[in-house]
Amino acid sequence: MENCETYEYDILVIGSGGAGLRAVIAAREAGCSVGVLCKSLLGKAHTVMAEGGVAASLANMTNPDGTHEKDSWEVHFVDTMKGGAFLNNWRTVEIFAKEAPDRVLELEQYGAVFDRTPEGLIAERPFGGHKYRRLNHVGDRTGLEIIRTLQDKAVSVGMNVHMEITCTRLLKEGNRVVGAFGYYRESGKFVTFKAKAVVLATGGWGRMYRYTSNSWEGTGDGLMMAYEAGAELIDMEMIQFHPTGMIWPPGMRGILVTEGVRGEGGVLRNSKGERFMFDKKYMPALYNGQFADTEEEGARWLTDKQNNRRPPELLPRDVVARAIYREIEAGNGSEHGGVYLDVTHRGADYIKRKLPSMYEQFHALGGVDITKEPMEVYPTIHYTMGGVRVHPETCATTVDGLFAAGEVAAGLHGANRLGGNSLSDILVFGRRAGIAASSYAKEHTLGVLDNAQIEEEQEYLLLPLKTTNGENPYTIHSELQDAMQTNAMIARTEAGLLSALEKILELQKRAEKLSAPGDRFFNPGWHAARDVRFMLRASEVIVRCALERKESRGAQWRLDFPDRDDEVWGKKNLIASRNGDMVKITTRELDAMPPELKRLFEETK
Amino acid sequence: MDTVTLKIFRGNTSGGEMVSYTVPKTPGMVVLDAVHYIQRSLDTTLACRWNCKAAKCGSCSAEIDGTPRLMCKSRIEEYPSGEITVGPMRAFPLLKDLVTDVSWNYRVATKIPSLVPKPEVSGKPFVLQQEDVERVQEFRKCIECFLCQDVCHVIREHDKKDAFFGPRQMVRIAGLEMHPMDGINRREQLKNEAGIGMCNITKCCTEVCPEHIHITDNAIIPMKERVVDDYFDPITKILRKVGVLPTDKKASFSSVPNGLTVIKQENSSSKS
Ligand SMILES: Cc1cc2nc3c(=O)[nH]c(=O)nc-3n(C[C@H](O)[C@H](O)[C@H](O)COP(=O)(O)OP(=O)(O)OC[C@H]3O[C@@H](n4cnc5c(N)ncnc54)[C@H](O)[C@@H]3O)c2cc1C
Ligand code: SF4
Ligand code: SF4
Ligand code: FES
Repeated sequence: MENCETYEYDILVIGSGGAGLRAVIAAREAGCSVGVLCKSLLGKAHTVMAEGGVAASLANMTNPDGTHEKDSWEVHFVDTMKGGAFLNNWRTVEIFAKEAPDRVLELEQYGAVFDRTPEGLIAERPFGGHKYRRLNHVGDRTGLEIIRTLQDKAVSVGMNVHMEITCTRLLKEGNRVVGAFGYYRESGKFVTFKAKAVVLATGGWGRMYRYTSNSWEGTGDGLMMAYEAGAELIDMEMIQFHPTGMIWPPGMRGILVTEGVRGEGGVLRNSKGERFMFDKKYMPALYNGQFADTEEEGARWLTDKQNNRRPPELLPRDVVARAIYREIEAGNGSEHGGVYLDVTHRGADYIKRKLPSMYEQFHALGGVDITKEPMEVYPTIHYTMGGVRVHPETCATTVDGLFAAGEVAAGLHGANRLGGNSLSDILVFGRRAGIAASSYAKEHTLGVLDNAQIEEEQEYLLLPLKTTNGENPYTIHSELQDAMQTNAMIARTEAGLLSALEKILELQKRAEKLSAPGDRFFNPGWHAARDVRFMLRASEVIVRCALERKESRGAQWRLDFPDRDDEVWGKKNLIASRNGDMVKITTRELDAMPPELKRLFEETK
Repeated sequence: MDTVTLKIFRGNTSGGEMVSYTVPKTPGMVVLDAVHYIQRSLDTTLACRWNCKAAKCGSCSAEIDGTPRLMCKSRIEEYPSGEITVGPMRAFPLLKDLVTDVSWNYRVATKIPSLVPKPEVSGKPFVLQQEDVERVQEFRKCIECFLCQDVCHVIREHDKKDAFFGPRQMVRIAGLEMHPMDGINRREQLKNEAGIGMCNITKCCTEVCPEHIHITDNAIIPMKERVVDDYFDPITKILRKVGVLPTDKKASFSSVPNGLTVIKQENSSSKS
């Protein structure tokens, strides 16, 4: 076994996105020593890319008659449950909706500078599935504001940041997680961490698909480390296809076009120029009567939200993504095979002020002036609703000593996430994970690291460097992306999913023999060899769960089971866990919602 | 097939050379796409940093044909000669290929306290007009690509990293100094530790900023003026003393506790 440095902390936070950094702040405030790890440099996590805003019912926006919109945690609760097609954990959603406003206001105290209303309050914009204007924002760079704010705050409360370390295994003593193992990307040297409690905040996984808004980091390492350590995963079939990703030019395909464009009045059209979202066939029964019936009403809504209903472009993401898909299938696609998103009617000044980074993105990268021409868009793999199953209050996973928050954790979003709910998710539950991990740390001492586990992981990592005639990890990755993009995408069938599964299993076999030429010093091919193995296992779990859920709900759209089955599938979540080398899939009954929450669905109609 | 030639610096601390790669062109391709193509298909050991691929994270900084730029925002079509050179940022120590050690930027950032709200607004929602925040919002667009640090001659040619925080941190301090609710005086730091006097307003930083922040005009020059007002203008000083001008009510910088942060702690404490 190669010797490696060891660091000791009360709390180890893996991941320095918003969830990780918010956990750091909470743990420091609780008096714990904290170390935080990230794969990239500090401040470069997915959180930095978020655009549209952070959802919290501050009710800052006013109606034409001067009254404030009647937003409240109750309405936010109802919207989130409906958006998630009731697969969400209601307790998680309740905590979330209640605490989100405080978490956003707190950011201001930390230094965040949000856009303002005429009254001088934080400005909120409309977004899909949110009844009222609820997305607190800074133009279309809200994530940058949030991560920088948390980064500066975390630095000032004091933490040890270990940048550019990829963690590849959680270390256990008996059934408890007591530390983690990883390598420095720069030197390739190994490193171990010992902690009284570990907070997993490693974000989502989109890289197993060809077209995604995710960065290279989104390979599901944290998810799979938890799985390997015995944690239960939940809702893994639920992958969000964001309706509007860039489709052209080819290199830009998958890059996100914020929902803020539609929030600011952007409309979707097919090649015939029709605003197809007005087509009744796309309107889910649950939302009947809650959206504008005519384009005229939709247009009036821009200036008078009190007396008009939202345009149907602002339906939840799963609904809009499916409609786009069906339009294209029906032969109504745009030049490059997408649909058009047009915001030109808002005028150049407004667009440049409210959507500056979209303007710049299309201008610099797509050669399109969005103040003059429509954008071409197509659904892109964006977000993972599923993940590690956690306790609603404490974010404790099903493994002792391990907590999880942010996109890697699951329960809040159910079958579909509403835009803006992730940024508040990471604040609310990042903080809660930090607090709960601190309490745990105060009741426990440091554990003992097991050399056998460390040695095993070292060998596993070093293998591709020693193998000379194995495959290129990028080739395996690319074939996986094709399989997932073709057969585990937005419209799923049993035959398609089975062929994806077959391919994944084949690739898993081939991935046992990978080659990475070169040495250990900042060697991307070598890093990719580990990443692709995480992705292969995560993909297997996704596909198996998608096969299992024989209905259409939220992001899971099965062409062979097109209906929502509330009697059977509406009552349970799918749970995946490790059983030796096999993926074990079970179901778990949803907890019954207490009457006081049930009542809200009537009251807020 | 239409191709483009990339001459990329390959090497590490012990030296290196420019290596040519031929890459098939696709419409709208950016330099980062070409680098990724090489990584996947020609040489899996080529090291670079990237994350968002949409000019939002500031990871993919490099020198393209000698100019500091983001690789993900540099379209191949902008270089009609069909040959593009790509090298690492030169103001920072090289690690490997296109990757440099930018940790100094993070270390120096720890010296700047984050916002400390004035006592009267502490713990209360801020009431601020859009006009009041716009100036600060410009500075907060910074994506920490460190391209401005790379191009600034104080850092690049004179390696005065110990005497000057650099344009990136000037932008950061400006965002705090001009924040209507910030409760601490940052001018003392600007003048001394941060070394604002080292900047001689060449504006090179502004030219390379991918976020189009007017680093010199909007951040550095106004702050230089504030520092001069505070420290060197005897009339202001006297007027303040006799109470004609208001004294600065902000708390002094040193009263703010700054937590300990260690970045890249490799080979140091708490080993076992
Ligand atoms: C383009 C884009 C736009 C978005 N827009 C919005 C929006 O407008 N509103 C909204 O609410 N949500 C939005 N989202 C979603 C939201 O940004 C993310 O869900 C959220 O930021 C996730 O935060 P996180 O802290 O959980 O994870 P991340 O921010 O993804 O951070 C994960 C961290 O874990 C680290 N990590 C991962 N694996 C390892 C490992 N093996 N070892 C060590 N460290 C590791 C990473 O380095 C990183 O620091 C958007 C997402 C994208 C991609
Ligand atoms: S203007 Fe000042 S900070 Fe900017 S590059 Fe010139 S000397 Fe450096
Ligand atoms: S100020 Fe501009 S150039 Fe400098 S780090 Fe920030 S974004 Fe980059
Ligand atoms: S990859 Fe994010 S700025 Fe280039």
